[in-house]
Amino acid sequence: MPQFLEHSMTAWRGQQVEHQQSWVDRFDPRAKVLAMAMFALIVVFSKILWLPLMGLVIAFCFALSASLNLRRTLRRMIAMDMFVVVMVVMLPFTTPGTAMFHIWGLPATYEGFEYAISIALKANAVVLALLALVGTLEASTLGHTLGRLRVPEKLVHLLLFTVRYLDVISREYRRMRKAMKARAFVPRNTLHTWRSFGYLVGMLLVRSLERSERIYAAMKCRGYCGKLYLLDSMQWQMRDTLLLIAMAVFAVFAIISGAYIA
Amino acid sequence: MTALITAEQLSYSYPVRGLVLDQVNMSLYANERVSLEGSNGAGKTTFLNLLVGLNKPKSGRVIAFGRERSVEADFVEVRANAGFLFQDPDDQLFCPTVLEDVAFGPLNQGKSMDESKQIATEVLECLGMVGFEERVTHQLSGGEKRLITLAAVLAMRPQVLLLDEPSNALDKAARLRLIDVLNNLPQAMIIISHEPSFLDALVTRRTRLERGKIIDA
Repeated sequence: MPQFLEHSMTAWRGQQVEHQQSWVDRFDPRAKVLAMAMFALIVVFSKILWLPLMGLVIAFCFALSASLNLRRTLRRMIAMDMFVVVMVVMLPFTTPGTAMFHIWGLPATYEGFEYAISIALKANAVVLALLALVGTLEASTLGHTLGRLRVPEKLVHLLLFTVRYLDVISREYRRMRKAMKARAFVPRNTLHTWRSFGYLVGMLLVRSLERSERIYAAMKCRGYCGKLYLLDSMQWQMRDTLLLIAMAVFAVFAIISGAYIA
Repeated sequence: MTALITAEQLSYSYPVRGLVLDQVNMSLYANERVSLEGSNGAGKTTFLNLLVGLNKPKSGRVIAFGRERSVEADFVEVRANAGFLFQDPDDQLFCPTVLEDVAFGPLNQGKSMDESKQIATEVLECLGMVGFEERVTHQLSGGEKRLITLAAVLAMRPQVLLLDEPSNALDKAARLRLIDVLNNLPQAMIIISHEPSFLDALVTRRTRLERGKIIDA
């Protein structure tokens, strides 16, 4: 499906339009998701600092070879790093240990600082790898992949329907918003504004619920009885096995190097 | 000649709207294209919903394809034989791509993956929609969406078509194309529409839903 969701504003877009094809795209989506899961576990459970650092370097290599769009990727990374910054500021003051310096009598500890750095490294490594490996999949392909990997059907359906209808709902929202504007509505900090937005959200919920009932009826009309069939052609190839083996080697290396012993 | 679908003394009421169908009788025979006209809120869509068991009638019977149908299990078979085209194509197209959507019905009928794709391709070809297989459903134009939903319904090889305002929001060219396509289909049809010119070009018999009754018009 080549142009999936490319015109929508809120829908979770595939990066198809944004990045050039690369060898990372040639991997089977299942291999990418599995490799990603392994990578995340290896990095997250590390108790030492240099393993996440190494993970970040590996993730960086993935991102480079996936020829990710630089601006989009940076924007997403920064969005997550906002949370990380808060932690890096807070943790030295809340973790007990040897004091590094004092602010207003509060001690900032070496242990807390190390802890914060490790979280920052892990988070960035995992998110960057996620953007490179899973972010390059289109949303519906990811749904199919999870289905093939035997993730519970209900969750897969939930994802696929969200992908399909997010756009419809957002269009409905914009239509109603336009209708409000057409009647000279300007948001202010007044009761009228808040009430109108309340109506807008409420109406959106009611309409979505009604739509979901009509969709269910339409599906029943075509013989739906709880099973969705996924039409796709995923081909597991030699390089997919190699990718997983490479990840396994990384895991074994991490275990042997004692990264999980406190 | 026995009717394909017969409604006998069907009644239905909504909590707020009250009684919309009052002991309605109607039959659809093979090779017929029947119009169902009537004002907004008269209960036309409700009537079609009752025929395929999406709503439960307050009283009355539905006899479809030779048997009385009363419980959900009966209606599964009815829905496969009576293709229902909804008012809003966006309610019907829920798969990412056209091919997946058209193949959804046959797959539910137990056909294999290859067989379903084959059927989907054939139906699309028959409607002149070759090349749309990999298109994304919600990016189609109104007229294209309409024809794809029709393809999705036809892929189940129904004997009857129930069309709920099929010409809604179509431009002139799309409407002419739809008329042409429908005229060449062998199925018996019930067509809900407010457009006289659209109905004139298609139907063999006209009925009206008025004050809860279906009468010949």
